[in-house]
Amino acid sequence: MKTKLEQEEYFYGHKACAGCGGSIAVRLALKVLGKNTFVVLPAGCMSAVSFVYPQLCFGVNALISPFASTGAMLSGIYVGAKALGLKDVNVVGFAGDGGTADIGLQALSGAIDRGDKIIYICYDNEAYMNTGVQKSSLTPYGARTTTTPAGDRIHGSTSVKKDMFDIVAAHNIAYAATASVGNIPDYIRKVEKASKVQGTSYIHVAAPCPTGWGVDSSDTIAIAKQAIDCGLWYLAEYEDGDYTINKNVKEFTSVKDYLKKQSRFKHLTDEDIETIQVQRDKKWQALRKKAQ
Amino acid sequence: MGPKKQFVSGDEAVAIGVKLAKPLVIAAYPITPQTIVVERLAEMVESGELKSEYMYVESEHSALAAVMGASVLGARTFTATSSQGLLYMAEVLHYSSGGRVPLVMMNANRSVALPWSIFGDQRDSLSLLDSGWIQVYVEDAQESLDMMLQAYAIAEHAEVLTPVMVNLDGFILTHTYECIEIPSEEQVEAFLPNFELANKMDLGAPKNLFFSSSPEHNIGFKYQQHQAMMQSKKIIDEVDKKYEAITTRGYGGLVDAYRCEDADTIIITLGSITGLVRDVVEELREQGEKVGVLKIRYMRPFPDEEIRNHTKTAKSIGVLEKDISFGYQGTVFTNVSSALKESKASLTNYVAGLGGKNISRDEIVTIYKELSEIKETQTVRFVGVEVSKDED
Repeated sequence: MKTKLEQEEYFYGHKACAGCGGSIAVRLALKVLGKNTFVVLPAGCMSAVSFVYPQLCFGVNALISPFASTGAMLSGIYVGAKALGLKDVNVVGFAGDGGTADIGLQALSGAIDRGDKIIYICYDNEAYMNTGVQKSSLTPYGARTTTTPAGDRIHGSTSVKKDMFDIVAAHNIAYAATASVGNIPDYIRKVEKASKVQGTSYIHVAAPCPTGWGVDSSDTIAIAKQAIDCGLWYLAEYEDGDYTINKNVKEFTSVKDYLKKQSRFKHLTDEDIETIQVQRDKKWQALRKKAQ
Repeated sequence: MGPKKQFVSGDEAVAIGVKLAKPLVIAAYPITPQTIVVERLAEMVESGELKSEYMYVESEHSALAAVMGASVLGARTFTATSSQGLLYMAEVLHYSSGGRVPLVMMNANRSVALPWSIFGDQRDSLSLLDSGWIQVYVEDAQESLDMMLQAYAIAEHAEVLTPVMVNLDGFILTHTYECIEIPSEEQVEAFLPNFELANKMDLGAPKNLFFSSSPEHNIGFKYQQHQAMMQSKKIIDEVDKKYEAITTRGYGGLVDAYRCEDADTIIITLGSITGLVRDVVEELREQGEKVGVLKIRYMRPFPDEEIRNHTKTAKSIGVLEKDISFGYQGTVFTNVSSALKESKASLTNYVAGLGGKNISRDEIVTIYKELSEIKETQTVRFVGVEVSKDED
């Protein structure tokens, strides 16, 4: 699959960790969306690494919103642009998993409800990485974080990752997709599609964090691919009420291999891994049913 | 067509004032007693007399964030709230003033839970005095309308670029009907410049806004913010004079003094209670008492110099406010005391009207009488609270 991208860089000079999945998602999306783009970032990794005066790293108009306000500020910019008669602009937000599924969920819900033409991209690195790896509601079952230690009593995160794709689809959103930096052509296609949608679009992009996950900084893309192959992440779209699975994995690779490559899962027992496999199978069953 | 008259409530006067300012974007979340403002604006958008985008937001926090987003593109905006809603916005209040976003917001002053009360006091806005917003308190429906227009002129002034909160006492002002004069479109056009934001987000010249700053730089930004607020005193005065020249209605800028020039005893007020206090002053003056009333219009920037100038002859000063900072005194009193630290007059704090409790004419007469006899200073007295002997 051929993918054309702008040579122009709109996100550079930032201080993200080596191998940061989130920064790849931001950089690529902006190459797709181009210079007539307004960016909103809440508090989080991407704003922390790129927005410290006087070192400001966006080549397009961009601002940091209050943590809970990504959806609201995106809407305000969109509506302001509309009122001022600005044509052919993109309004895109990049929020982390905590900024989206926890503190920003209400404002996101409000924006989808209004149907404002905005693109909301959640770069999901599965914990509050910017503040030092604390559990969010998108931290997967079993993962060790600094607030879910892997001891005998807590034994890592005990809750199952919320499904933001389902949550936004339940709003009857114009366009929603899951994506991954492990499949860049698919991600780029979805960003492009989102920019053409008349209404709100939401892209949930899996963006591994080598620092928080405990993998080598050169393995970001590989580990993201492996998550898709073992079925712990999926690529899908929701459009006009219909679900599509973009990659219907026939035979999953080993969940154990995927988990054991990451120090956040090192403590998991075979029984824990079995639990995770059961969760995965249920998720896929439900997904395939919806996509029928 | 010249100015016309209309019989409206305080909330409706705000809506009319906002309409005349022609905001491009309105975002608001309903809360009693602010609702009539946003209902009237929705009706105006529906009828086509106001050409604004009306955003239905899911919270006050989002309302303020949304108008910030629109404003930095160069669109004039409006939002309104009250009480719990204002407190829910607290983070975004600091955010927008720090970002120097010239927003205008109406706040219906209402008590803060717990206990729940939909009725008026001023604890909501006064507890957010340090959020970097210009705070003005109005007295009647006419001033409500007029101050909406003045608020835009002040907030958007290039030397100010600071958001303005226009406060109306809940129910007493928001829901009381009065006959007001509505400026003509020509008058508004002559008074209020178009909204031009020099540092707006611009496709031709992209900006990165609302950034972090290192400890080295941060205090410099805060200094600029403070300087702009101090500078706004001059602009507030100029804007009021310009408004008066066009509409014949001026409000005196930061304060409004009534019969203070030779007064022995002065009550300092905030908001709608001033009318009643003024009536009492007239009565007492007829009886030969040398009394006056000084209405503070702006709590930020604080009119310290004006307060000193208008209280030069006073021997006893009372601050009557619908507020208490638990564990100390009323916030207005704390501010007034600091302005009058070198004054010889005795200062007394009257805390009244909390949770909407009525402040009666008789209570005000009693306060003037007490003040004329008081010698000690810095005392907090609750008005209308019966304290049993055991507690006393």
